[in-house]
Amino acid sequence: MTAVDHRPGPTDQREPSGKAPTGLAVWFRDLVMGMRFAVGSGREGWTRTALTAVGVGLGVALLLGASSVPSLLNNRSERSNARTIEFGEQKAPRSDSSFLFHRVGSQFRGESVDGILLRPEGGHPVLPPGVDKVPGPGEAVVSPALKKLLESPDGKLLHDRLPYRVVGTIGQAGLIGPSEHYYYAGSDKLSLKDSGTNRATAYGWRIQSPDMDPVLLVLILVGCVVLLMPVAIFIATAVRFGGERRDRRLAALRLVGADNHMARRIAAGEALLGSLFGLIVGAGLFLFGRQFIGAVDISSLNAFPTDLSPVPALAVLILLAVPASAVAVTLFALRGIAIEPLGVVRSAVPRRRRLWWRLPIPVIGLALLAAFGTVDRKTGSVNTYLIGAGAVLTLLGLTMLLPWLVEAVVARFTGGPVPWQLAARRLQLSSSSAARAVSGITVAVAGAIALQMLFTAVGDDFTKPTGQDTSRAQLQVMLPARDGATTEKMIDAFKDTKGVSGVIATISSRILSAGQERNEDGFPLSTSLTVGSCETLQEIARPGPCKDGDVFQIKGGPGSYVDEDLPKIARPGARALLNDFDDKGNVLGRPSTWTLPRTIRPVDARPDPTGEQNTGLFATTGAVDVKKLADPTARAMVRLDPSVPDAAEYARNTAARFDVTANAFQLMDTSDDRRFVSVRNGLLIASVATMTLIAASMLVTTLEQLRERRRLLSVLVAFGTRRGTLAWSVLWQTAVPMALGLALAVAGGLGLGRVLLGLTGKSGIAWSVVWPLPLFGAGLVLLVTLLSMPPLWRMMRADGLRSE
Amino acid sequence: MSIGHTLLGLLESGPRHGYDLKRAFDEHFGHDRPLHYGQVYSTMSRLLKNGLVEVDGVEAGAGPERKRYAITDAGVTDVAQWLARPEKPEPYLQSTLYTKVVLALLTGRDAAELLDTQRTEHLRLMRGLTERKRKGDLADQLICDHALFHLEADLRWLELTAARLDKLAAVIGS
Amino acid sequence: MTPAGSLLTARALHKAYGSTPALDGADFSIHPGEVVAVMGPSGSGKSTLLHCLAGIIRPDSGSVLYGSRDLSQMSDAQRSALRRSDFGFVFQFGQLVPELTCLENVALPLRLNGVKRKEAEERSLEWLERLEVGEVRAKRPGEVSGGQGQRVAVARALAARPRVIFADEPTGALDSLNGERVMTLLTEAARGTNAAVVLVTHEARVAAYSDREVVVRDGQAREMAGLA
Repeated sequence: MTAVDHRPGPTDQREPSGKAPTGLAVWFRDLVMGMRFAVGSGREGWTRTALTAVGVGLGVALLLGASSVPSLLNNRSERSNARTIEFGEQKAPRSDSSFLFHRVGSQFRGESVDGILLRPEGGHPVLPPGVDKVPGPGEAVVSPALKKLLESPDGKLLHDRLPYRVVGTIGQAGLIGPSEHYYYAGSDKLSLKDSGTNRATAYGWRIQSPDMDPVLLVLILVGCVVLLMPVAIFIATAVRFGGERRDRRLAALRLVGADNHMARRIAAGEALLGSLFGLIVGAGLFLFGRQFIGAVDISSLNAFPTDLSPVPALAVLILLAVPASAVAVTLFALRGIAIEPLGVVRSAVPRRRRLWWRLPIPVIGLALLAAFGTVDRKTGSVNTYLIGAGAVLTLLGLTMLLPWLVEAVVARFTGGPVPWQLAARRLQLSSSSAARAVSGITVAVAGAIALQMLFTAVGDDFTKPTGQDTSRAQLQVMLPARDGATTEKMIDAFKDTKGVSGVIATISSRILSAGQERNEDGFPLSTSLTVGSCETLQEIARPGPCKDGDVFQIKGGPGSYVDEDLPKIARPGARALLNDFDDKGNVLGRPSTWTLPRTIRPVDARPDPTGEQNTGLFATTGAVDVKKLADPTARAMVRLDPSVPDAAEYARNTAARFDVTANAFQLMDTSDDRRFVSVRNGLLIASVATMTLIAASMLVTTLEQLRERRRLLSVLVAFGTRRGTLAWSVLWQTAVPMALGLALAVAGGLGLGRVLLGLTGKSGIAWSVVWPLPLFGAGLVLLVTLLSMPPLWRMMRADGLRSE
Repeated sequence: MSIGHTLLGLLESGPRHGYDLKRAFDEHFGHDRPLHYGQVYSTMSRLLKNGLVEVDGVEAGAGPERKRYAITDAGVTDVAQWLARPEKPEPYLQSTLYTKVVLALLTGRDAAELLDTQRTEHLRLMRGLTERKRKGDLADQLICDHALFHLEADLRWLELTAARLDKLAAVIGS
Repeated sequence: MTPAGSLLTARALHKAYGSTPALDGADFSIHPGEVVAVMGPSGSGKSTLLHCLAGIIRPDSGSVLYGSRDLSQMSDAQRSALRRSDFGFVFQFGQLVPELTCLENVALPLRLNGVKRKEAEERSLEWLERLEVGEVRAKRPGEVSGGQGQRVAVARALAARPRVIFADEPTGALDSLNGERVMTLLTEAARGTNAAVVLVTHEARVAAYSDREVVVRDGQAREMAGLA
């Protein structure tokens, strides 16, 4: 054909000059022409382009966000590693740059407040990342969030615990996220003798991050599919906004001589421009939206705006794939349509949708998941690709099934009241656009249901009874007690603390056998000695009668640690050493002997409020001189008065007053992994957001359809159609595909969820996570209908009858 | 309408007596006005004189002349030429109505009312034709349609003039 | 003052769109079984008059009496109900619901009026056949010719046995032949059921199907009946 066209001769006269463009040049010419049409055809053209741009932009923003997750996690863990202080087994040598440090963890009203006490040993201590001056004694550099908290009226309480002069703030390099409460405080009291204090010469830790839990990997994989597929579908829907008007414009182009292929390419050009604008809008939305990422704090998954930077390769992929798919979708959408000079003709008898090639897709997907997608928890290996493929096929299959289902069901609708008839007929004539809009929701809901099921099941692993008894105490404070007198003062101080209604306090240490006997490792025989009052004994054992001066031998209950050395030491009248020994088994310090009393009553252990069973010797305060104990640890279990707000904070402040390194933690009956709950909530929010996005596109489609039918609506009004009749028909028109989509989503989601549960060795359906999503979907249908009512009302005026 | 050509055309299908010719004419074309026999007679003598017809024979008998006429070759040619020749479109200048409108304007009378009255009259006639068309056969319909289209054209002129009365008044007044 | 025996009477109608007056003191009346042509140049207010008469829009002032009821005083719901039960409509184009079959389109006003589907469709089929388009009953409006579509629309206007039919340029989109057929069928059917027809047209040949004409000029309607 080309040869004929370019043969010189009389037949070639029509060609003005040069050669007609071919191949790519033709494409380029037509696409550019389409782009010009997209902006050059007045307000309507702009509206359509803007709609597409906003729709695509929303999708692109989401995609950019998703493509930033890897770098976000990476940046966070890099900064976390950079500030971790490494201390090896071998003690670092003291030098001009070395420093002593002690980690302090605390909580303030449920939020972590962590810090590090520093004591430089030379003139040039290394600086922590993000800090430009090591704080001197009594000074601190704090994170901006902590500074804000300390300066706020609420922070007064916290300030009592961290009584430092704030001399600076920690920069981004030294923080994992902007809302982190973190500080470095200078101290001149740190000493290597204190446990928990170490020497270091540098910040930064390079270790291989552990492999991700395969179950988590499956979750993330399916999560990506679930969240990104609707976005892709949404983008595909967005480039078709305003399709009917565009058809008319295309027909006009055909009339002035464009051929069918040209018209298609011009249409693709229009969509291309919309999607290019969409990229710009999306980038803008993304940059704008990430300013607020700092305010988001899901399970301390908090990051700086700059952490949210797309992985370059993924960004390029988005940049190329979105416009390319805009062109592809447009060409695909026009395939069943003949653009004729006098109008657009859809093939009169639309092809009936077939089930035979649609059904196998989700079935293959589920089969893949069932057959290959096993997670070997032991080796941690997971067949990533096959599980991903399985999940994608299953969800994709659902979107393929949906148009068939909608068509098959709608075809059976006959009769019914007028609104129903109008809606049903409309759907029968063009069920695909409705199905298309809903398919995004189907994927989102199906995936979300599957994930929620999995999360609930897996989440049960993370919610365990701790064995702690919060009815007896709510807070435990551990602090190294240098002597017994301090401990007594501490107990009194706690008792005097506002909001504290009771204190169970003990001092523990190790005692050694006075004999030369050694255990099989070559160490002296040792056991733990706990000193406390008779009341305290009630809390950790079942002692019977007790008076000051008594000594008891506490035997662990079933399942507890068996102290083999205990019976050998706890002999009535025997002598024991109140000394510690070093890592070679040599007894440290001057031997300090303690003679055990004539009677040592054996008692059974009772779990203390922290759920622990204490074994070893228990001495009442009169039986042993606590001042002689080597390296004792004081422990106070504090019962709080629930009616006093911030009681826990007051108690923590008391602890900190005694020792800034005191470690106080809250007791809980069950440990619900909060991170897990918030990931679940995050997923719920994400699927809700996706559904909302799709509802927005449904609204646009509905409004567009109404605008197209303005004249018809006026005619219907003329012959007395009630507004309610038309409102109901709009509702049905949205609700029927949505209901089918949601039904399919629930079925598919349950199926997928079951298979996924099987993979991880779980079972059982938590219906409570299934029903909120369809319910939300139904709510969206109502919302879309409601929002389309005012324009419907406006269009149902007689103005539409006035001749144009 | 040229009666001579019409009669010639009727003769083309075969020779006829004068009276037959009149009957045939009336049947096809004389809806409104039947032809007088005298008119047929005078027309035929003119055609005879011009050599377009010839006398095919005379039937004996009492009463009116029973001449049978036949068309000559020259006559056939003449009919063919007449049919092939387009009618000169007559620009009917609405002279009377135009005069009336101008006069009304000149004498300060309501020209719009004049036009409205005329429109009503036109429509009345059109209604009658429409009614006749509805009841009549195909020939009636075609003839009525012809009249209706002409009347419609007049009506359009009336409407246009009505819409331009102000301008016309200005032109005349100046 | 209502002319004796008149079915629908409008007095001193005023209606403005923004600052542009569309009707400026228009009067009108029609009797049962009468076909009245509303004529006049484009933009003269013909359609606005029709819309006021049919209760589709409410005049700014003036009255529209249908029997003893004043449409201009009725609520939107009441006027809608009246349009459903007593009025029929034919427009120039864009009036058939594209998703419904022709038969369903004809049945629509009946069904809106509460007639059961089966009965509505039986009655509609009779009308389709009367208008010589029974064969298109199962087709959608997009699949039939303009003339057929307009006949379907006429059938729809007549199916509910309205007392007044409002036709706004009903032949505007048709050729002469189809236009005439539609007008013949419309007026015959209307006369057959003693329905009044308000026929807005700018074509004299279409107006010739009427019994009398009213000319709207500059928002004022002039009755020409007295001059006939």
